[in-house]
Amino acid sequence: MIPSSIRVGVDIGGTFTDVALSHSGGLSTCKVLTNYRHPEQAILDGISIAAEQAGVALTAIDQVIHGTTLVTNALIERRGAKLAFITTEGFRDVIEMRSENRFEQYDLNLSLPVPLVPRQHRLTLNERIGPAGEVLLPLDASEVEVMVRRVLDGGYEAVAIGLMHSYANDTHEVQMESALRAAAPDMSVSISSVIAPQMRELPRFNTVIANAYVQPQVADYLGRLVTRLREARVAAPVFMLHSGGGLISVETATEQPVRLLESGPAGGAIYAADFARAHGLDKVLSLDMGGTTAKICLIEDGRPKTANTFEVARTYRFKKGSGMTVSTPVVEMVEIGAGGGSIASIDTMGRIQVGPKSAGSEPGPACYQRGGEEPTVTDSNLLLGRLDPENFAGGAIPLSPAASDQAVALRLTQGTGSSTQEAAFGVTEMVDENMANAARVHTVENGRDIEHFTMVGFGGGAPLHACRLCEKLGIRELLIPPGAGVGSAIGFLKAPFSYEATRGMFQRLSDFDATAINEMLVELEAEAAAFVRAGAADARTRTQLTAFMRYSGQGWEIPVPLERKTFLTCDRETILSAFEEAYLTLFGRTIDGLACEITNWSLIVATVLPDVPKASRHDTGAPAEPIRSRRFFDAAERRMVDAQEVEREALSPGMSVDGPAVVVEQETTTIVTSAYRVIGQGDGSLLLRHKEGA
Amino acid sequence: MSALTGIDFQIMWNRLIAVVEEQATTLIRTAFSTSVREAGDLSAGLFDRRGRMIAQAVTGTPGHVNAMAESVTHFVAEIGPQEMFEGDVLITNDPWLGTGHLHDITIVSPVFRKSMHIGYFACTAHVVDVGGRGFGPDGNEVYEEGLLIPIMKFAERGAVSKDLIRLIRSNVRTPDQTVGDIYSLAACNEAGERRLQSMLDEFGIDDIDALSDFIIEASRKATHAAIAEVPNGTFEHTMEVDGYEAPVHMSVRLEIDGDGLIADFEGTSGMSKFGVNCPEVYTRAYACYGLKCAIAPQVPNNTGSLEPFRITAPEGCILAAKRPAPVSVRHVMGHLVPDVVLGALHKALPNMVPAEGASALWNIQISSRAIDPLSGLPDREVLMFNSGGTGARPALDGLSATAFPSGVSTMSVEATEQVGPITVWRKDLREGSGGAGAQRGGLGQTIEIEAREGYDFYFNAMFDRVKNPARGRDGGLPGSAGRVELSDGSQLNSKGRQLVKNGQRLRLSLPGGGGYGAPGDRDPAHVAADLDAGLISQDQAKSDYGQDI
Repeated sequence: MIPSSIRVGVDIGGTFTDVALSHSGGLSTCKVLTNYRHPEQAILDGISIAAEQAGVALTAIDQVIHGTTLVTNALIERRGAKLAFITTEGFRDVIEMRSENRFEQYDLNLSLPVPLVPRQHRLTLNERIGPAGEVLLPLDASEVEVMVRRVLDGGYEAVAIGLMHSYANDTHEVQMESALRAAAPDMSVSISSVIAPQMRELPRFNTVIANAYVQPQVADYLGRLVTRLREARVAAPVFMLHSGGGLISVETATEQPVRLLESGPAGGAIYAADFARAHGLDKVLSLDMGGTTAKICLIEDGRPKTANTFEVARTYRFKKGSGMTVSTPVVEMVEIGAGGGSIASIDTMGRIQVGPKSAGSEPGPACYQRGGEEPTVTDSNLLLGRLDPENFAGGAIPLSPAASDQAVALRLTQGTGSSTQEAAFGVTEMVDENMANAARVHTVENGRDIEHFTMVGFGGGAPLHACRLCEKLGIRELLIPPGAGVGSAIGFLKAPFSYEATRGMFQRLSDFDATAINEMLVELEAEAAAFVRAGAADARTRTQLTAFMRYSGQGWEIPVPLERKTFLTCDRETILSAFEEAYLTLFGRTIDGLACEITNWSLIVATVLPDVPKASRHDTGAPAEPIRSRRFFDAAERRMVDAQEVEREALSPGMSVDGPAVVVEQETTTIVTSAYRVIGQGDGSLLLRHKEGA
Repeated sequence: MSALTGIDFQIMWNRLIAVVEEQATTLIRTAFSTSVREAGDLSAGLFDRRGRMIAQAVTGTPGHVNAMAESVTHFVAEIGPQEMFEGDVLITNDPWLGTGHLHDITIVSPVFRKSMHIGYFACTAHVVDVGGRGFGPDGNEVYEEGLLIPIMKFAERGAVSKDLIRLIRSNVRTPDQTVGDIYSLAACNEAGERRLQSMLDEFGIDDIDALSDFIIEASRKATHAAIAEVPNGTFEHTMEVDGYEAPVHMSVRLEIDGDGLIADFEGTSGMSKFGVNCPEVYTRAYACYGLKCAIAPQVPNNTGSLEPFRITAPEGCILAAKRPAPVSVRHVMGHLVPDVVLGALHKALPNMVPAEGASALWNIQISSRAIDPLSGLPDREVLMFNSGGTGARPALDGLSATAFPSGVSTMSVEATEQVGPITVWRKDLREGSGGAGAQRGGLGQTIEIEAREGYDFYFNAMFDRVKNPARGRDGGLPGSAGRVELSDGSQLNSKGRQLVKNGQRLRLSLPGGGGYGAPGDRDPAHVAADLDAGLISQDQAKSDYGQDI
C-alpha cells in the first residue's frame, strides 16, 4: 500500500452507508442513507461527497475497499437463490436436525430456525467417503447423470454440494460439480470442500449452503458496483473486507460471498486495533455500542481475535444456538442486545430488564417524540443528565426530558414508590451490567484477566457508558478514538490483505504423520498466497499457522498457534508443548498421561502492515477550560454530581479535565466519572485514566 | 455508601446469575465426560448459609434443577456449619443425597468473608467413570454401579485429602479424567467465589442474607402468583411406558388450591430389578421442570421459585427408589415424568401443554471390539446422544429429532467416525413418524450403524416408547413407536447389552411425538407441505388426514 495513495473505505450498514477517504491531506468522511434497492448508488453518492470534501478527483482514487452487512441481511431476510442441496444419502436432514437441542429450555412454544433449503430440495447421492478419505461406496456415473437431470428439471438458480467427509477426499464433490458445470455452465455451484473444508458436517453444510444461497445475488451486486464505479470514472480496483478482518479481491468475494458475512463489524475491530497499535497497547477490549447492540472484541498485540466458526442469523435475538453455525474465518465478537434504543421493562418479579428489544431509530426513544412510548437507555441517560437535550447529535434532534420522564413513570415506576431518576439509574446500571457481564465472560472464556486490559470505546453509545463499564470491570484506562462515527469504514483502510485456508485432517499426535501434514500445508499456503497475491502482488507477507487440538475424549478443540515450518516426526514434542501451553492459558491446568489429537488446520497468509505512527502519549496534562458546569448522575457515587463540561476540541494533546466531567462533540458525549480523569492525546483520542493511576 | 436500594438488589441478582453461568460454562469447557460437554449434564449455583439456593445457571440439564438445590441442605445437616472452615471443599456422589446416580459428583464449597461463613457455592457434573459396571442399566444393586462417596471433605482448610484421591483413583477406569473433573468442579466454585467477593466489595456489604431474602421472596411471590392463575382442582393422569423387565405405570395426582400446588405419584409401579429406578429427588426435578415450563417459565431457579412446586412419590415406587436399588440410568424414567405431569396439568389448563413426545433420550453406548483379539486393533468406546420427536403443541407442530425435556445436543457423525471404528450410514428424519393431528407431532429419526473392518460392536440399549408410543392430545394420534432391529428386519431388544456382528447393520427407528387436535382439522396447506417435504407419505395424507393429493 503506497502511503500517498488515495483510498476509500465504504461500509454499508442497516441505516447508513459510511465513507472514509484517506488522501495526502488526511481523512475525509461522510454518511449517507443506505439505499436498499440500489446499494451501489449510496456508495457512489458517498464517494462523490467525500472526494469533493477532500478536493480529490474520482479518477485519482487508487483503491476502493468495501464491506457490507447486505450478505448477512440476505440470509436473515431469506432473499436468496432457489437452491438445491446435494448431499450423501442418509444425511439429507443434517441441516434440519441441527444439534437436536433447544436453545431456550423453558419455552414450550419454541420455534427452531427453518433450514435455508426446504427438504424437497435436498437431494441425495448414493456414495460414501470414510473418515480417512477412503471410498466406502463409490459414486456411480449414472447416479451423477440422474442428479444433473433432476437439478436442471428443478429450475434451480444455484446448487450447494456437501458430502460426508469431503474435507478428507473431495473427489465425489468435484465429480458432481464438474458434471453440473458441463451441463449448465452458468449455474452457480458451491462445493463444501472448497468453501469450508473442515471436519463436522453441520457447519460445513451450513456454510456451503449459505454461500450458494447468496452467491448469485452478491455476484450481481458486486458486478453492478464495479460497472457503476467505472462509469463514474473510478477506475480503481475494488477489494472486499472479509469477516476475518482482511482484504480479498472482488472476484474471490464473488466466488465465496460467505466470507463477507461479518465484514462491517470486523472493520470496527480493525479500527480499534489500529489505535491499540498507535498507543502501544497489547491487551485491548473493544466496545462498539450503537443503537441496538453492543459488540465486544479482544484485541491482543494489535490484532483482533479471530475464530473459525460463528453463528449467523439468530432467530431469537442474540440467543446462542438460535442461528446457523457456519465455519468461515471471522473476527470473534460477542454481540448483546444493549444499545441506546434498548427498551426497558419490568418483569414479573418487579425487576428492571433492558433489551434485547430496541426502539431503533424509528420510532426511537420516547424523548425523540416520534411516537416511541417505551422507555429506553437513551431516555434514561437523558434523565440522568448524561445527555444534553439541547445538544444531541449537534442539536439536530431536540430531546424531550418530559417525554422520557413520562415513559419511565408509566412503564417502570408506576406503583413502586421509586422516583423516575432511580428507575433511570436502574436502567443504565442494568445495561452496563449486561455489557460488563458479557465482557467478563468473554475474557474468562479466553483465559484472560480483564483487569489488565485497556478498553477502546466507539460507536455512538460507548463514550456514554464505557467509563462506568471500566469501573465495574476494574479497568483503569479507556481510550475514545476520534472519528468513531464511521469507525468501520476507517478500519477498512487499515486492513491487510489476507486469506485463511483451512483443512480438516484428523491425526492422533502419537500417529503424527509429518509427510501428510507437510503436503497439506504446502497446498494451504499456495491457496492462501494466491488469493493474497491477487490483491497485493509484491507486498511482504507473513504466514500464521494454527492447529486445532484436544485431548482424546474431549469434544471440542482449542486453537494452538504453531510455527510455519516443514515438520519432522520429532516435532511431535514441540506441538505437544504448544498444545499444553495453550491449554494451560485457557483452563489453568494440563492433564498428564492423556493422548491428544489434531482435527483441523488453518493457515493465514497476510500482508505485513506498515508501522503505525506512534501517538504521543500524555498521562497528565494542564487543565482545559470548561464551557460550563452541569450535573449528571454518577452511578458509583449514587448521586448527582457537579461536572465540568468541555468541548472535545479543547482537549488538545496534553490538556486534561478531572472527572466528574462531560466531553461534548457533534457525534457523541463522553462521560468521565468521578473516579477518572480525561487527557487529550497526540492523535486526537481521549484517554480516560483512573485517578489512582493505572 | 448509602443504604442498598431495590435497584442494588436487582443488579446483584443479575450479577449472581452471570456468576453462576460463568461457573457452568467453565465446567463445560474443561470437563472430560461427554455428557457434561454435549448434554450440559451439570449444574452450578450459589446458596445462602442456611442452604437455600439463590441463583442457578440456566446452562445445565433440568435433572439437576431441584436435585442440586436440595443437596446442599444435606451437606449442612451432615457436616454442620460449625465444622466448616475456610478452604474446605465438600463432596458426595450419593444418588439419594446428590442428583440421582453415582456418575454425578457434587462439590460444595463454603464461602467465608472476614472469617464469617456467608454461603456456599455448589456444582455437579456427570464424570466419565465411577467404577463398578460402568454406565448402564444392568446392575441389580447400587453397589454394583460403582464407588459411592458419602458426604465428606474433599479438602479441609485447603489441604486435599490424599487418601480420598487414592481411593478414587484405585476404583475407576479413568483415574486422570475422573480426578481431573473433581478438581475442575472445585475450581469452578473458586471462580464463583472470587466474583462474589468482588461484588460484595463493590456494594460494600459483608453478607448475602438480605440479598438472599430479596431474591427468594420475589421469586416465591411471582411463582405463587403464577400458580394462582391455574384453576383450582384435583387433576389425575396416568401413562404406561415400557420399563425394563416389565411395563411401568406412572400415575400422578395434581392438586391445585389457590397459590399452592402438590403433585403426588401415588399409584406408580414398584421398582425395577435394573438400573432404571429413579431416586425421588430426580423425579421431583423433572416433574418440577415440566410444571415450571408451563406455569412460571420466566422465574429464575432458586429456592423461592422451586419450593412452591411440592412434589412427592411414595417410597419404593420406581419414581422414589429405595436404597440400595440400582439407579444408574435413572434418566430414562426421569425424562418421561414431564409427559405425565403435563398430562394432568392439561386437564386444568387446556390448550397450554404439548402432547406426549419421545421424551427419553436414545443414548447409544457403543463398544467396538476387534473380531480377532490378537489383531492388535484397539477397543473403542463411543457414546451418541439421539432424540426422537417432541409432542405437537396447541398451536404449533412438534419439533423433529429434538430433545425434550433433556437439554442434550447430538454430536457430529464425522467426528464420531473419527473416534470409533463404525460407519453411520444413516441419521435422518424418520418419515411418517410424527403423530397426526391438527398440529403434527415431531418426527423421530432413523439411525443405521455398522462396524468397520476388523470389528464387531456391542451396544447398550436403554430405549423406551417401543411398546408404548407417545400419545396425542385432544384427538391427535400417537407418534410412531420406536424400533430396534437389524437392517434385515430381525428384531433386537430395546433394553440391555447386545452384539452386532461385522457386516450387520443396527437400525434404530426413534419414536415420533404425538399429534395435537383432530387430524381432520389440520390446515390442508400444511398437509400438502408435509407431503411435499416427504414428512408424511401419500397414504398418510389420505388415511390420517383424508386428503387425496
